[in-house]
Amino acid sequence: MSSPPLRSPGARARGLGSARRGSEAWLAERISAVALIPLTLWLVISLVMLHGGAYTDFVGWIRKPASSLLMVLSLVALFHHTALGLEVIIEDYVHSAAKLPVLVGCRFLCVTLCTTGLLAILMLDTKATP
Amino acid sequence: MTGSNTARPRSPNIRNYRPQLTSVLSIVNRITGVALSLGAIVLVAGLAAAALGPQMYEPLRRTLISPLGKLTLLFMTFAVFLHLCGGIRHLIWDLGIGFELRSIYVSGWIIVVVSGLLTIATWTAAIVLGAHS
Repeated sequence: MSSPPLRSPGARARGLGSARRGSEAWLAERISAVALIPLTLWLVISLVMLHGGAYTDFVGWIRKPASSLLMVLSLVALFHHTALGLEVIIEDYVHSAAKLPVLVGCRFLCVTLCTTGLLAILMLDTKATP
Repeated sequence: MTGSNTARPRSPNIRNYRPQLTSVLSIVNRITGVALSLGAIVLVAGLAAAALGPQMYEPLRRTLISPLGKLTLLFMTFAVFLHLCGGIRHLIWDLGIGFELRSIYVSGWIIVVVSGLLTIATWTAAIVLGAHS
């Protein structure tokens, strides 16, 4: 079932109008948002309990399997959501030639930060003594 | 028609557009989102510092429990709840619910009040239960 094209072949060739895709990013932002509702509440409650605590308290907490798992899930959901949100903001306000490098730089930074956090959890979990 | 394409006012012209709860909460959701991106860097810094050892963790802990650190954390807590509640409001809109003008104002004020109450509850809990020093 294909409806008659609303745009001329010329307009299509110039890339005007819908690219027929793009809703994935919108949907992914919503799905990561839903995941972040319980994860954020868990993170806030945990950090409240730990606030100002000693190094050993923090390490003892993050080494618990449940804490490690929820922190891994939080970081992945958080940085995916952060990248998607910042990309929308960049697309809205940056109209110069800097747009593409800024978008790519933003995604690189988010992936690097997320991976740094995941590696830190791995190091803390496998450390011999806290 | 000479010069008709130059310096036309754009809509909405933010310099003479009266702020309303709706427009303020809209931009606040973006501002808190950017602020929380910076907060996410602090979270990763905390994990990385802990992984590297107590000599790296201690300076960060001291910074966060300093008066300026606590004030920043207080604003971040409010930002977390505003963005969380604002996000839930957006998700409800995405279901096609709550678009009447009155509903939009009611939900707007609800997220402001609930975020304030959750921030107060969080800090009361942090002071009562937290391992603060």
